[in-house]
Amino acid sequence: MQTKKHSAFRGGGAINPSGAYWIWYILPAIIIYIMFMAYPMIDSVRLSLYKGTTGARTFVGFDNYIKLFSDEVISKRFWNAFGNTWVFFAYHMLLQNMLGLLFAVILTNRTMKGRRFYQTIIFIPCTIAVMVTGYLFKLLLNPQFGGYALRDMGLGFLAKPWLGDKSTALNVVSMVSVWQWVGIPTMMFVAGLQSISEDLLEASDIEGCNSWQTFWFIKFPLILPIVGMISILTFVSNFNAFDIIYAMETPNGAPDYSTDLIGSLFYRYGVAGEHPIGIPQPGVGAAISTSIFFMLLIGVLPTLRATQGKE
Amino acid sequence: MKKEKRTSSLRLQNMHIPSHILMIFWTFIASFPVYLLVINSFKTKRAIYNNPFGLPGIWTGDNYVSVVKGGNFFQYFGNSIVVVVVSLFMILFLGSLTAYALAHWRTKISRAVYFFFLLGMMLPIKIATIRLLELMKIFDLFNSLWSLFLVYIAMGLPTAVFILTEFIHGLPKDLYEAAYIDGAPRTKIYYSVVLPLIKPALATVGIYNLVPIWNDLWFPLIFITQEDKKTVLLAVTRLQGQYATDWPRVFALLTLSALPVILLYLTMSKQFVAGLTAGAVKG
Repeated sequence: MQTKKHSAFRGGGAINPSGAYWIWYILPAIIIYIMFMAYPMIDSVRLSLYKGTTGARTFVGFDNYIKLFSDEVISKRFWNAFGNTWVFFAYHMLLQNMLGLLFAVILTNRTMKGRRFYQTIIFIPCTIAVMVTGYLFKLLLNPQFGGYALRDMGLGFLAKPWLGDKSTALNVVSMVSVWQWVGIPTMMFVAGLQSISEDLLEASDIEGCNSWQTFWFIKFPLILPIVGMISILTFVSNFNAFDIIYAMETPNGAPDYSTDLIGSLFYRYGVAGEHPIGIPQPGVGAAISTSIFFMLLIGVLPTLRATQGKE
Repeated sequence: MKKEKRTSSLRLQNMHIPSHILMIFWTFIASFPVYLLVINSFKTKRAIYNNPFGLPGIWTGDNYVSVVKGGNFFQYFGNSIVVVVVSLFMILFLGSLTAYALAHWRTKISRAVYFFFLLGMMLPIKIATIRLLELMKIFDLFNSLWSLFLVYIAMGLPTAVFILTEFIHGLPKDLYEAAYIDGAPRTKIYYSVVLPLIKPALATVGIYNLVPIWNDLWFPLIFITQEDKKTVLLAVTRLQGQYATDWPRVFALLTLSALPVILLYLTMSKQFVAGLTAGAVKG
């Protein structure tokens, strides 16, 4: 017994479900996790109440939030980015996730041929870095790229400055992102639909349900937890999206802030420094990230409760 | 008569013509930009202008040669590989140790620890950036690959702990009951019994983290400014600006940075799909 305390270090002793020595296995992971994730996340909330950087930090209360929500310049940027982020999110929710569901229903049809081939291709864009996708489309959407060839094909109307025009930029950027990520919901829905028992589908077939009824009354309710998970993932990733804007429209959300998202706004104010001052304001940045944090909580918790079963 | 009619319409139905049309259409949409990326990297400046969509008349490797020669491309690649390998190794090592403990240790504390890790799955580490940047400066890790290792390990641990703990729970008990009864030391059970058994889950966790780490722009952009510490993606941001007017070179640069992951994916697509969708498939 008296060796118990030391045995953890020697790796001796049998497995004991209440032995405190297990802490030694957990300690290295939890230290890194706390120091470089949990603590900085929570401390960012505190920093949102301060001004300046390490060494020269002064407490300013809710000043950063007041600035963010009502200062003439900053709040204009913030609400603009906030609105744009919702548009960006709507594209992913409505277009990407609906397409994903449609593809998954097709790809789980047992009598359909070539399913693996389609799946493999659909997923390729998901493995490319967002930034590479962004630069690639920036080139492909340049009116000079293929301008002549398109005109020869009678498709000259396609050679437009899609990314430079305020009225199209955000829509085009959102669609590029949908192009890239549609494989993720597709694969998740495929996994979910495949787990539905064959008996159930057979029963509905015998009952004379058509495929639309089978989908709507049997398959859909059963994959509701996955619908919830995908919604949450979409929400979380869209509310801190940055790379695609950085690559396609510069961190300023060009043209004229029409593609500025909360993620790019956070980068400019908190890290790089917003034009024309060019000096980062960590306090304002922290206020933005804290706002993201609360928006995520408000969005995620009810979705979890509504879709993740009744445990 | 009636039956015959039904089977023939069934046969027609089983051909799924509208479904195939839709899938072929999307396969085209999904692959055409990738095709343009690769083929245009083998063209000359002029050829891209005259013939943007077709195969190159004369294939040229010059763009690749100049991309690899200009800029320290091998250095960037090396940095990216080191970052991915070290981070993945540590995520798998620390994650499996933690999961091993959490799957066997059943007290209030262990449940609280598990829940604490799960919280990290829902929250993007980006929102900790402001404090992280200061921490890296305090620890003198700014412009050091260590800043990336630590952040990626912290970021990868929650899902690793979740997937591995659930996996160990799901293992049939009698698989290691024998070692358990023998009174084998815990550490020995970990590396000689548990580790070999959880290999498939380790592969899932590995791939789940590999792609986001290799493809990450945010943290290198913020933590690394020194040329010899840059990762591939960070270098791409600078070089694409530098080559801005030289399109074939930009295409070659983008192809070089995207192709390793695409090829890896094509050779092990099954594990990739399992890995990349693992985070969302709850218990």
